[in-house]
Amino acid sequence: MNLFSKTAAELLELLKNRDISAREIVTSVFNRIESVDSKVNAFAQTDKESALKQADAIDKKRSAGEPLGMLAGIPVALKDNLCRTGYRTSCGSKILSSYKAVYNATVVQKLITADAVFIGNANMDEFAMGSSCERSIYGATHNPWNISCAPGGSSGGSAAAVAADETILALGSDTGGSIRQPASFCGIVGLKPTYGLVSRFGLIAYASSLDQIGPLTKDVYDSALLLENISGYDPSDSTSIKQNPFSYTSTLKESIKGLRIGIPQEYFIGGLDSEVASHIQSAIKLLAECGAEIIDISLPHTEYAVATYYIIATAEASSNLARFDGVRYGYRTEESSDLHDMYFKTRSEGFGDEVKRRILLGTYVLSSGYYDAYYKKAQQVRTLICRDFENAFQKVDCIITPTAPSPAFKISEKIDDPLTMYLSDIFTISVNLAGLPGISIPCGFSSSRLPIGMQIIGKPLGEQTILRCAYTFERNTPFRTMKPTLE
Amino acid sequence: MEFEPVIGLEVHVQLNTQSKLFCSCPTNFGAVPNTHVCPVCLGHPGVLPVLNKQAMENAIKCGLALNCSISLFSKFDRKNYFYPDLPKGYQVSQFDKPLCHKGHVTIVDTGVEKIIGVTRVHLEEDAGKLVHAAHGADSGVDFNRGGIPLLEIVSEPDIRTPDEAYLYLTALKAIVEYLGISDCNMEEGSLRCDANVSIRPKGQKQFGTKTEIKNMNSFRGVQKAISYEIERQKDVILSGEKIVQETRLWNDDKGSTFSMRSKEDAHDYRYFPEPDLVPMVVEQKYIDTLRENLPELPFPRMHRFIEQYGLPEYDADILTGDKAFADYYEQCASVCSEYKMISNWMLSDLIREAGARKISFADAPVTPKMLAEMISLISNGTISGKIAKIVFIEMFDSGKTPSKIIEEKGLVQISNPEELQKVISNVVAQHPAVVAEFKAGKEKSIGFLVGQIMKETKGKANPQLVNTLLREALG
Repeated sequence: MNLFSKTAAELLELLKNRDISAREIVTSVFNRIESVDSKVNAFAQTDKESALKQADAIDKKRSAGEPLGMLAGIPVALKDNLCRTGYRTSCGSKILSSYKAVYNATVVQKLITADAVFIGNANMDEFAMGSSCERSIYGATHNPWNISCAPGGSSGGSAAAVAADETILALGSDTGGSIRQPASFCGIVGLKPTYGLVSRFGLIAYASSLDQIGPLTKDVYDSALLLENISGYDPSDSTSIKQNPFSYTSTLKESIKGLRIGIPQEYFIGGLDSEVASHIQSAIKLLAECGAEIIDISLPHTEYAVATYYIIATAEASSNLARFDGVRYGYRTEESSDLHDMYFKTRSEGFGDEVKRRILLGTYVLSSGYYDAYYKKAQQVRTLICRDFENAFQKVDCIITPTAPSPAFKISEKIDDPLTMYLSDIFTISVNLAGLPGISIPCGFSSSRLPIGMQIIGKPLGEQTILRCAYTFERNTPFRTMKPTLE
Repeated sequence: MEFEPVIGLEVHVQLNTQSKLFCSCPTNFGAVPNTHVCPVCLGHPGVLPVLNKQAMENAIKCGLALNCSISLFSKFDRKNYFYPDLPKGYQVSQFDKPLCHKGHVTIVDTGVEKIIGVTRVHLEEDAGKLVHAAHGADSGVDFNRGGIPLLEIVSEPDIRTPDEAYLYLTALKAIVEYLGISDCNMEEGSLRCDANVSIRPKGQKQFGTKTEIKNMNSFRGVQKAISYEIERQKDVILSGEKIVQETRLWNDDKGSTFSMRSKEDAHDYRYFPEPDLVPMVVEQKYIDTLRENLPELPFPRMHRFIEQYGLPEYDADILTGDKAFADYYEQCASVCSEYKMISNWMLSDLIREAGARKISFADAPVTPKMLAEMISLISNGTISGKIAKIVFIEMFDSGKTPSKIIEEKGLVQISNPEELQKVISNVVAQHPAVVAEFKAGKEKSIGFLVGQIMKETKGKANPQLVNTLLREALG
């Protein structure tokens, strides 16, 4: 078996026993990238030379008997919106195409401490705005299960890289489903942590009150392992939760007997794909057989989630993206007659259509005379959505829904229809609005052999519970071992 | 028609915290451009703000000193607009939930106390500064100032005259200086002021249309700009036109204001809560502790000076208007009980001599101890008030103590009657004509004789004694 196809846990075991070296892992992963990435296009950039150097340094440390970090020698791909000193961090956008980060994101610093090996930046929808990973200056990423399909987005590059075995671990960011939906489309595990569990410092913001960094991995154990290494209080992020580090891997194997799982009726109506519906139903049945108690619940304000999200997220984005003005860094238009003209041309030329659409929308909803009707109202609805979950969690320990309404759609199928595209996140958005943890794990395949994902939503800081539930499910199903054929 | 001006002031005070409001960059003035910067205050992608707790504490102290209510819950908002000196494309400020609100400042206008309401005090970050090349079209931005904590202090439209505006600013500056939270230097930009000015026919309740005046760089400038604007508005109304709501810039050289932008061009700042910061939540206990530890403030101190030292309000007001000045006074008063004399010397000689040498009184070589000693020497008759003037200037120039100066220069007052009588006899003998005039009833003539005696004694003669002895000698 090739090293690239293994999980982090498996590789760590091999490394520990000195059966393999970090250099061998990195070499294996880059061989894989070289052989399949022309089809997948998962990366915005890779740096083999640097990765090998990092690997050699770790191998040296190991042979010298020096203490090693928890992820020593394990390749990890960063989403292209996470800052790493000296490396281009462009958010898939022309406006940052030449920008090199001048500091390390907190998660990057933590991964350096853990001795992980950075192999490159994964492709993404420009500024994390999109559900298909098609809107990037680096071109569209393809779904490893069917290269005519989208990998989902916006962390489509991270998800596709993991699914295609082009990396062992990957980080993504999730504002409305951008980790979970691509994980679902690519048949891997994607976790969006509780808002504030992972520091956002160094994550190029899309919507500050919703953004959260999280792991995309081949299985649940790796997800817990990576979360352990990136979470924790960060004084540089005022919204970070003061919480002691927790070993999520240590409680995975505990039984889910008596675990109360809520099934919200609002998620099983209307536009839900029938194959998705039936796989979720089977999954629920399986969990019941494992000892979980299944309880019907209601989240009555679900239908307002998408509208609420597109007001709050775009409002914040319109402000967050104002700093890309051509004055201090990044792209600046070639010629301009005055300051206003420079701003106008730089931003017109530097941003793609979807980004412009959301900036316009966000500017509009914050404008004087519209603020109360849109932004303020949306914040009120957000409170109601939070309350829905609070009420539900009085009765249950976690909630199960489909991750996405359908399996992966075709590339360019929805690109000209933003509203339909926005509905791809219909099941994931509420979780961001309420700041809750959510995980997507594979629960089956469609008749056309595309993965289907199941979402498990937890209470605030309920990562331990949803990981345990996901782990139990994973160990009782064969999906973890299934790989796309790319050759 | 008689008009009444209605004036409100918006003052920005830079807090003198060690570091900026949301990052750890230093705040001191005058550094090489763009050396006090980091990814956070330059608005690099992905950075996040962290509140400087000291800035919040200073803001609360200021609110308390201005008699404000302090909000137990307040939050930051983003004020969105594009400008090259604003790195993030928004300023982190406070919109609908300021840290402090509903306070007041008391001013003393020619002996009459007046209360000026303070609408709100809020915390925000400063912007950078555009620097334009002397030649050519290039402009640069210095971000050293960007992110320095600012307090915005907004007054109620309670001010009615340019003088009141001046007094309000002076009172505000004194309070802030007493708290030690800002350098309050208008030239370095650590204190800035905009004025909202409107006029209305006397007796009318409703406000007239206001204009906002910017770009004043001294308190006198604010006073002048408001005076100009009031007259301009009167002219506009009297010529039958309407005031346009607009922002006007004061030109100090020309002594006039000119239109910058009208209300139609005004920004829509699209304020919304800053999602990168958690709300500021403070406990009443914390506020109470800060209140208990506030220093004595200028206004209460003025009243204490009146009561404790028996000073006129005028003296007490000026002395307490500057904390260091008032401290100087109290150091003198602790060792010398000629309270009014101390005040006189400080308000005239000390200010004048320091001014003549273009130094602050605080840098003067005359210490409070020296001044007190000199005044004691006057009151115990060692030197005359006239000699004291010489001693004072000598102290200022040499830094020597008054007793040393008196000793060195032989300036001790002559109070020995025998010594004086000799001089008096000589003078009387030398000026028979003048003596005759006096005896004939020309009372004024005695002044000439006293003058001659003083001349003979180089001013050291005890004036009261000279007067008595001379009259005796003249029979």
